[in-house]
Amino acid sequence: MALVRITSPHARGNNRTQTIMLWVLGATLPGVAVMTWLFGIGTLINIVLASVFALLAEALILKLRKRPVGFFLSDGSALVTAWLLALALPPYVPWWVVLVATAVAIIFGKQLYGGLGQNPFNPAMIGYAVVLISFPVEMTTWPIARGAEALADISAALPSFTEALQRVFGSGQPIDAWAVATPLDILKNNKALTIPELEAARPVFGSFGGFGWEWVNLAYLVGGLVLIYKRIISWHAPAGMLGALFVMSLLFWGSSGSDSNGSPLFHLFSGAAMFGAFFIVTDPVSGATSKLGRIVFGAGVGILVYVIRAWGGYPDAVAFGVLLMNLAAPIIDYYTTPRTYGHTKAPRGMGKAD
Amino acid sequence: MQAAPIRIWDIPGGIHPEEHKTESTQRGLEVAPLPSRLILPLQQHIGARAEPVVQMGDAVLKGQLLAEASGMVSCPLHAPTSGTVTAIGPAPYPHASGLEEWAITLEPDGKDQWTELDPVADYRALEPATLTELIREAGIAGLGGAGFPTAAKLRARPEQKIHTLIINGTECEPYITADDTAMRYKSAEIVAGIEILAHILQPETVLIGIEDNKPEAIEAMRTACAGKAMQVVSFPTKYPSGGEKQLIQILTGKEVPSGGLPADIGMVCQNIGTMIAVHDAVLLGQPLIKRITTLTGAALQRRTNVEALIGTPIHELLAFAGLQADKLYRLVMGGPMMGFTLQSMDAPIVKTTNCLLAGTLEELPPPPVAQPCIRCGFCSEVCPANLLPQQLHWFALGKEYDQLNRLNLFDCIECGACSYVCPSSIPLVQYYRASKAEIRALDLQAHKADHSKQRFEQRQARLQREAEQKELERQQRAEKAARLKAAKEAEAAKAAAAPPVSAPDVERVEAQKPSGLSPEQKQLKIAAATAQMALKKAQKQIAANPDNVDLQAQIPVLEQAWKDAQAAFDAAAGDTSVKPTPPPAAAPADDEAKRLKIEAAMARAALKKAERAAGDTPTEEQEKEIYALREQVAVAEARLPKDEPAKKPVDENLKKAKVELAMAKAELKKAEKALEANPDDAELQQSIAPLRQRQLECLRALEQAEASSPIPPPERQLVDKKPVDETLRQLKTDMAMAKAAFKKAERDVQDARESGGDIDAAEAQLLNTREALDKAAKAFAEYMSAKETR
Repeated sequence: MALVRITSPHARGNNRTQTIMLWVLGATLPGVAVMTWLFGIGTLINIVLASVFALLAEALILKLRKRPVGFFLSDGSALVTAWLLALALPPYVPWWVVLVATAVAIIFGKQLYGGLGQNPFNPAMIGYAVVLISFPVEMTTWPIARGAEALADISAALPSFTEALQRVFGSGQPIDAWAVATPLDILKNNKALTIPELEAARPVFGSFGGFGWEWVNLAYLVGGLVLIYKRIISWHAPAGMLGALFVMSLLFWGSSGSDSNGSPLFHLFSGAAMFGAFFIVTDPVSGATSKLGRIVFGAGVGILVYVIRAWGGYPDAVAFGVLLMNLAAPIIDYYTTPRTYGHTKAPRGMGKAD
Repeated sequence: MQAAPIRIWDIPGGIHPEEHKTESTQRGLEVAPLPSRLILPLQQHIGARAEPVVQMGDAVLKGQLLAEASGMVSCPLHAPTSGTVTAIGPAPYPHASGLEEWAITLEPDGKDQWTELDPVADYRALEPATLTELIREAGIAGLGGAGFPTAAKLRARPEQKIHTLIINGTECEPYITADDTAMRYKSAEIVAGIEILAHILQPETVLIGIEDNKPEAIEAMRTACAGKAMQVVSFPTKYPSGGEKQLIQILTGKEVPSGGLPADIGMVCQNIGTMIAVHDAVLLGQPLIKRITTLTGAALQRRTNVEALIGTPIHELLAFAGLQADKLYRLVMGGPMMGFTLQSMDAPIVKTTNCLLAGTLEELPPPPVAQPCIRCGFCSEVCPANLLPQQLHWFALGKEYDQLNRLNLFDCIECGACSYVCPSSIPLVQYYRASKAEIRALDLQAHKADHSKQRFEQRQARLQREAEQKELERQQRAEKAARLKAAKEAEAAKAAAAPPVSAPDVERVEAQKPSGLSPEQKQLKIAAATAQMALKKAQKQIAANPDNVDLQAQIPVLEQAWKDAQAAFDAAAGDTSVKPTPPPAAAPADDEAKRLKIEAAMARAALKKAERAAGDTPTEEQEKEIYALREQVAVAEARLPKDEPAKKPVDENLKKAKVELAMAKAELKKAEKALEANPDDAELQQSIAPLRQRQLECLRALEQAEASSPIPPPERQLVDKKPVDETLRQLKTDMAMAKAAFKKAERDVQDARESGGDIDAAEAQLLNTREALDKAAKAFAEYMSAKETR
């Protein structure tokens, strides 16, 4: 029997790309559960639609690019993109919004750059940004959360399954009857009331974040911690982002007056803060490489998120923050190279190393 | 004298692969049976190949020197048992390439009879240098895996005081338990070996680093070195803690400078197995002929550790360990992280073989198809050298060597941790190895290019210098010519003033000359000739240096001068009444021959005169003149009517014999060619023999004819020789010298390869000499062809 000739190492660990992708999906489950409880079946519909569209788009492009379809579909990366995008989109958003977002994410965000591992931008965030800019009405109306109806002026309960399908696939349904602006939106547009007054006037504020949103964020925090514990992601990027968001919101808090920007706690537990910190900025492909680089990358996202939330034109900004920092990732890599063993200093910058 | 507990430092990265160590530690330390034959490669270490000192058929005793070290970084080789040398030549060799290597094959006689040993009674009484020499003579190379000659390592940095001696009992690779076993069962020997090294190096601290997954070994070593000036340090298990650089970092917190040696920071790191060898060498007088090797892997039924003779064929050891050949899928020498696969079980174990891993398909499955890198960064998290493996991978794919160097590719220790954790199962280490090799090749190329550029620039400078020198000389010559001319004119004036004194002579000379010119005409002719020569010279120089503006400017002036001079001479010649005597139009052949003879004689006379004038130290100009005259003589002589062929002594017999021999030769050649085309043709095969016979006969006939010929053979040989051409001789000499230089460079490269010396420099030298040889050959060929067309 001929002996094989293979180079070292001969042993290998059991890390597989599929495993990593599945773990990321699994870690979103607490968040998915909380969102489904709060907003009803809409989140799940989003996930199913986005997954189907994403796999179809991926298969189509792979076929056009003459790549092995099964091999690349099975790596699970398209599914993760679809899933994260679905969680970012508002529940009960019309199906074509999901289609546009996923198709843009997979085709323009990922495959046109060369597929898995080649995309400079986070595909899910590309898709999200495109539909956010293109369909602002659909994208900024979130259903009111369970438990908040009583406090709200409107009397809309969570839709049933058929109602949900009608909203997603039908048309002409007046959406303002059951949808509200998000807490971040309300805070942003508030110019008259102090924070306690605002909280008393509007039911969307919870005990420390947005009503309901604080639970969603907590759930994503749990999922993220699991990923860190399983060493799927490193702590660096989330710590960078949340740390920067905390510092910024502390510095520019403005107390509880009418022009307050909200407390640090409010910022950390509202909108997509935790979701972004643990599931978006940790995307390895479009982020920075080294540990220090990831901290810098995350911090950049955190700062941008706060800047846009406080002074920009959008209530939340994880997508824009991440995309802008994606642009900066290569340069961050150049300036955050770790010091190699046996060298006195790290090769920083574009110049020649010593 | 137990010192305070040593602080343990952490290394970045690292992995925790399945250890698989217990499988091979259950049977303790066994002794492998005497093999049926031993293959002892001459290259079992880093450095130059050992040189055999025994002959085929020699009977040798156990421990007898078989091959001696060739150079500083080299290792001698000894007979592991008594027996007979049956072969010295290429033999199976454990290497990733599967290539053979020169080896001495030994057939054991079964007596296992030692040669006379010379143990040292009290090594403390010996000088460190003497002990180091003993270690060198015992053929000890690092038994950990790299196989660097231990003696060379001990004196790597003689100017640097070694303050810390580190003994590496880490054995961080999975599966391997050779050092573990050694420490369990041979701790006393190990400690004795350490003490000898400590006596040589006189370090302040001696640390024995052991991973905490070997409690028995730690216990045994602690007991053995109790009360001695050394300390066992155990630290958490993590791969690759056992790398020399990593272990130094763990135990001291210091880092070996990139591209440097531990000795640069005052440390020396030695392997456990090496300590046993040092003990055996000094205290028992035994050279390194055996080592402890782990036999493990799921394809073996009796996984164990054996003390095996170096040179034992692998299949015999595996058979001892109960190899199930049908299950064996991958045979690895070394551990699963850094070992290499073997293609043949005929290869022997060598001094560096710490483990044989006979893995099954389930145990070491082939790697899955690589997926694209998703930059997950697991690799950089586990890299012990703090590199960015995925960036390196990226740049390796793009062949961006500058970036690879910027990211310190060459600090990669190829531990394989990155490949181990890669979720896309990208063979990262393989990329790094390939890139390293490519960068080394490119560096060599760049080095050569630099060298060539330097040579080119120097050549340009030399040509420039030569052109300037020539120009200077030309001016000097012109001045000299002017002076001579002035002197001659003065003489002519004198002669004119006193014609009676020399009149008859002048007249006679003038009468002999074909052209009776008046002194005035002569002057003019000389002036015209000088001008023409100056013009020709300038043109020649222009041809050599087409860019020389000065020369270009000179040309028209010189042309004009020549034309003027020629015109003046023509005018004067037309005036004169004494016409040049026309050559006889249709002279009889005898007259013609006479004339040619006279010409030749004149040319010879002129040559002699010039030679006399030149004396012993001719100027360049004179040399040229002489050379030109020589050629004239040669031409004139060549034109002389040839002697009749009848005058040449010809032996008819000899001629006949030669013709016959040539015919026989041609016939034989033809037949051989035909046979080559149809090797199976029986008829042709048969016809060859008589033809050969015929050729032999002809040869004999020729010899006889030569013997009986009236013309002595030496004369015939001389006929062949052409008149010696100085230029040709020079070119030939040049070529021979270039060839010799090239041969020498070739030998140097070979030597450098063997001794691990400066291969780059040697190869650069080789390239240079080859270029020089090509050049010389080309010049020779050009000259020859030019000569033929002349």
